[in-house]
Amino acid sequence: MSTFYFIAFLSIFFSILVITAKNPVHSILYLILTFATFTIHYILMNAQFVAIVNFIVYMGAILVLFLYTLMLINLNKDSEPQKSNFIKVIGFIAGGCFLVAIVAALKAYKTSQLVVLQDPNLGLVKNLGKILFNEYLLPFEVSSILLLSAMVGAVLLATKEPKTT
Amino acid sequence: METLNHNIQAIPLNHYILLCSIIFSIGVIGVLVRRNAIVIFMSVELMLNSVNLLLTAFSVYRGDATGQVFVFFIMALAAAEVAVGLAIIVMIYRNTNSIDINVLNRLKW
Repeated sequence: MSTFYFIAFLSIFFSILVITAKNPVHSILYLILTFATFTIHYILMNAQFVAIVNFIVYMGAILVLFLYTLMLINLNKDSEPQKSNFIKVIGFIAGGCFLVAIVAALKAYKTSQLVVLQDPNLGLVKNLGKILFNEYLLPFEVSSILLLSAMVGAVLLATKEPKTT
Repeated sequence: METLNHNIQAIPLNHYILLCSIIFSIGVIGVLVRRNAIVIFMSVELMLNSVNLLLTAFSVYRGDATGQVFVFFIMALAAAEVAVGLAIIVMIYRNTNSIDINVLNRLKW
């Protein structure tokens, strides 16, 4: 029980560091740590498939893509743009209002049951694969088209345009 | 695995919702406060991930595996979004020599 609260504290702490770090590289490294705590959350819920996919896709692929883009862009620290303090305060107030609205809506819903894992096989690869390839076969295939079009779009956007004269 | 299952049994659903909404609002604040396009992208990733965690928590709570299938689809979507978005950022940097989003004010006209 206390494991959850410790990991939850860590994920909130690291995600605050993500948006406050001055250097974008540090920001990305803190984001990796945040995703690691998310993976631990998934393991605590016995959602093994989601935990592994989160580990491989997010921490492995997406964040390496971020770091690689940052390396391509070659940011200096002094070119890091900063908003004025007024805008920052307004942003914090807006986000805080959002949080307060959700928490207030949560308070209206008084009773809170415990999260109990009835079926220990729920998050295993075998069970999820059966559901994915029976009920959700069409969305699965469509998502492959989405990934293909994203790949083509990324290559098209990132290549330099040839000189047309 | 038995001890893990015992660990989870004591946590109310409200605490999961609270954790995910806190992280989601941190992502919203990050989008509003920062001007670096890459950090804004990372805040969006933070929001997507908090929603993923909440979907998984509800899926375990209801004993229904559909939520975790949706998490899988959201991850595929996030991968596609990141690939296209980072390509756009690289192109913006190539054209304006900056990833400050305020430079893109001219898109308003």
